[in-house]
Amino acid sequence: MHPLITLVVQRIALGLILLLAVSVLIFLGVEALPGDTAQAILGQGATPETLANMRESLGLNEPAISRYFTWLGHALTGDFGVALTNKIDIAQAIGQRLGNTLFLAACAGVIAVPFAIGLGLLAARHNGRWPDKLISGVTLAAISLPEFVAAYFVIYLLTQVFPVLQPVSMVFPGMGFLERLHAVALPVIVLVMVVLAHMMRMTRAAILNVMQSPYIETAELKGLSPMQVIWRHALPNAVAPIVSVVVINLAYLVVGVVVVEVVFSYNALGQYLVDHVTKRDLPVVQAVGLIFAAVYIGLNIFADVVGIVANPRLRHPK
Amino acid sequence: MADLLSIKDLVIEATSYPPGEKPRTVTLVDGVSVSLEKGRVLGLIGESGAGKSTIGLAAMAYGRGGVRLTGGEVRLNGRNIRGAGAVTLRELRGREVTYVAQSAAAAFNPAKKLMEQVIETCLLHKIMTRPAAEARAVELFRKLGLPNPEGFGNRYPHQVSGGQLQRAMTAMALCPKPDLVIFDEPTTALDVTTQIEVLAAIKEAIHDQGVAAIYITHDLAVVAQVADDIMVLRHGKTVEYGPTDQIINRPGQAYTQALVSVREIAHVEKPDAAPILTVDAVTARYKGTNFDVLKRVSVAVAPGQTLAVVGESGSGKSTLARAITGLLPAGQGAITFAGRCLSPDLAGRSRDDLRELQMIYQMADTAMNPRQTVGTIIGRPLEFYFGLKGAEKAKRVAELLDQIEMGKGFAERYPAELSGGQKQRVCIARALAAKPKLIICDEVTSALDPLVADGILKLLLELQAREGVAYLFITHDLATVRAIADKIAVMYRGEVVRYGQKSDVLSPPFDDYTDLLLSSVPEMRLGWLEEVLGRRRMESAGN
Repeated sequence: MHPLITLVVQRIALGLILLLAVSVLIFLGVEALPGDTAQAILGQGATPETLANMRESLGLNEPAISRYFTWLGHALTGDFGVALTNKIDIAQAIGQRLGNTLFLAACAGVIAVPFAIGLGLLAARHNGRWPDKLISGVTLAAISLPEFVAAYFVIYLLTQVFPVLQPVSMVFPGMGFLERLHAVALPVIVLVMVVLAHMMRMTRAAILNVMQSPYIETAELKGLSPMQVIWRHALPNAVAPIVSVVVINLAYLVVGVVVVEVVFSYNALGQYLVDHVTKRDLPVVQAVGLIFAAVYIGLNIFADVVGIVANPRLRHPK
Repeated sequence: MADLLSIKDLVIEATSYPPGEKPRTVTLVDGVSVSLEKGRVLGLIGESGAGKSTIGLAAMAYGRGGVRLTGGEVRLNGRNIRGAGAVTLRELRGREVTYVAQSAAAAFNPAKKLMEQVIETCLLHKIMTRPAAEARAVELFRKLGLPNPEGFGNRYPHQVSGGQLQRAMTAMALCPKPDLVIFDEPTTALDVTTQIEVLAAIKEAIHDQGVAAIYITHDLAVVAQVADDIMVLRHGKTVEYGPTDQIINRPGQAYTQALVSVREIAHVEKPDAAPILTVDAVTARYKGTNFDVLKRVSVAVAPGQTLAVVGESGSGKSTLARAITGLLPAGQGAITFAGRCLSPDLAGRSRDDLRELQMIYQMADTAMNPRQTVGTIIGRPLEFYFGLKGAEKAKRVAELLDQIEMGKGFAERYPAELSGGQKQRVCIARALAAKPKLIICDEVTSALDPLVADGILKLLLELQAREGVAYLFITHDLATVRAIADKIAVMYRGEVVRYGQKSDVLSPPFDDYTDLLLSSVPEMRLGWLEEVLGRRRMESAGN
């Protein structure tokens, strides 16, 4: 078998093992909290008898290990149970919000990734001169603002000063694609501002690192222009570090944007999670935690695999 | 005929930033003039820092790093290109002048196929169509003796050997049919047996294509084989400039004479004696591999004598050193040192075992902590092995510095403030500080200029005579072997193929490999290359 396939399969297997380990951690973490689901459901009015009955009916008297496997087995088949607070099926509730989350992340990513890499290349091309300093300065300023400050700033600018957008990003089932795009425009602008600097700076650093190599001099002595040198000779050798930082930011766009969701009243997974954490709705917390972990690990495996495939020594062994 | 390249009174400067001082301008090349006609080869020769590469790159109006061409003129095909605009320079680079770098392994982009890189210039400057360029590349691969010329371009740089890459780089430089090719030490990184083939291929290609060339090297014997004229450089100035025959056979300047005669240290071998180190049938392999890098190697070193271990890269000579020092535990066989049987791995050895067996490395630069002074570096083994402190230690450091012919003022300096030769001397002093019985020298002169290397060899011989220390001297350079060895072991693919007293090993009848190795060492006379290749051709035809 081609050694590349072995490596990729190994990486994916490692990711799955990691995900399993994370599921154990999530389960144990919830276990370690004082009180249990029965108490959470019955609340203040619980008597020892009702608690015992509830525990019996929820299967809480089983040993932790068998409860873990029951939970995992159900989760794997897409059954996360029902939320304690409103008795709504968790999988169904998550499904719709996950779609919203991914839509927002995808919109921000599609704009931010090419933009950040392009700016990074441009900054590397003009290393140390004014375009580099300008790009670094502006992106750094954008990342230094807390998300909610950036959000309110953008709202003020685009709904008050230039009233072209509405300040809330309500989405609902049955909305058309263009309508949705219009609705998420403001949060997308904020998220792009937030993730741009990190990716742009890493692209610039990775390119500049490669620019030290002797083969860059070879390319210059062939008569290539600076941008041709960067595009044809530096970028192919900087793919792995750039992809890994892009992926970290994409993962952030999926799992870490609750503040932006709240500011724009965007109904997505982050808000859903935080709501249920405050209500101590443990099955929901577990389910969303597991999904976030899967997204995070999946994206990072993707970056690893791209890094492996981009390496000619692994792709074409001697 | 008008000159293709004419450089007049060229001045090249750079800004240096010494630590803790104000930046200052240093002159790298000072008033050098060169002229080169179409189809001729000019050799530039000198030590490192002489400005050879800088002048070579100036022919493309290129300054490496912050290097600036500040004075004089560089005329290429009649027009002055010094200070020309970026667009003009991009037009002529790759079209009129091309460049072959010292380390082809680093000069090829690891992420792209060789063919893409070889024809890139032709396509960029629209010199030929892609099919025409590919056909020409295959033709050049064939002329340069590369295996499977049709398929060679489909490979990635890491998939071919160093000698093949160097030839591919030559093909890349010749592909766009330039007027001038700059060869910057194209064979320096290669083994002698590979060097001779690449050298012959380059020479033939230059003549076939009718291009002019500047051939940069520190090895006068190499340049004598390919150049029509030679310029000897030192500290950025021309020492001597003339036809090859005159420079080699009738050098006018004392410096050139020293360069021509540098390879002639005579060393009389000492008679064999009872050994201090015996390596008996040692076999070793690296972890996770199933291939023996050393195959039943047996050698011995007598006290106060030198065993030279010779071979090309990959022959296992450095691995032998690692097995002896215990860094790579031998799988089988025994190593006996000073009457004791040494434990195969480092952890099982006594402090005396460690002290009496010292090592000096090729790269003196990386073998010293850049943040420690010379005094600290040399003082460390004194403290570790003998518990010396304070004034006592300082006194011994001064003695050691005196032994390596450096004043005691050097104790306060940092490695970065030393020249290459001085750094290697400090490493020798550090090894001597442990009062060893045997020092393993791993290519200790390979990174140094010939005259400096000469000084190091003389110092090592003096120290041997005075201290009675034995050397196991690893090298690929046969001139060094002649200068220092009492016994020689020739290694090839992990085995010792020839072993004995120096005079026996270096006299016929030879085994095939030793013959190949010895006859591949460039000799300082015109026509040597053709002579050797002609003889080899006749022999292979005779078989």
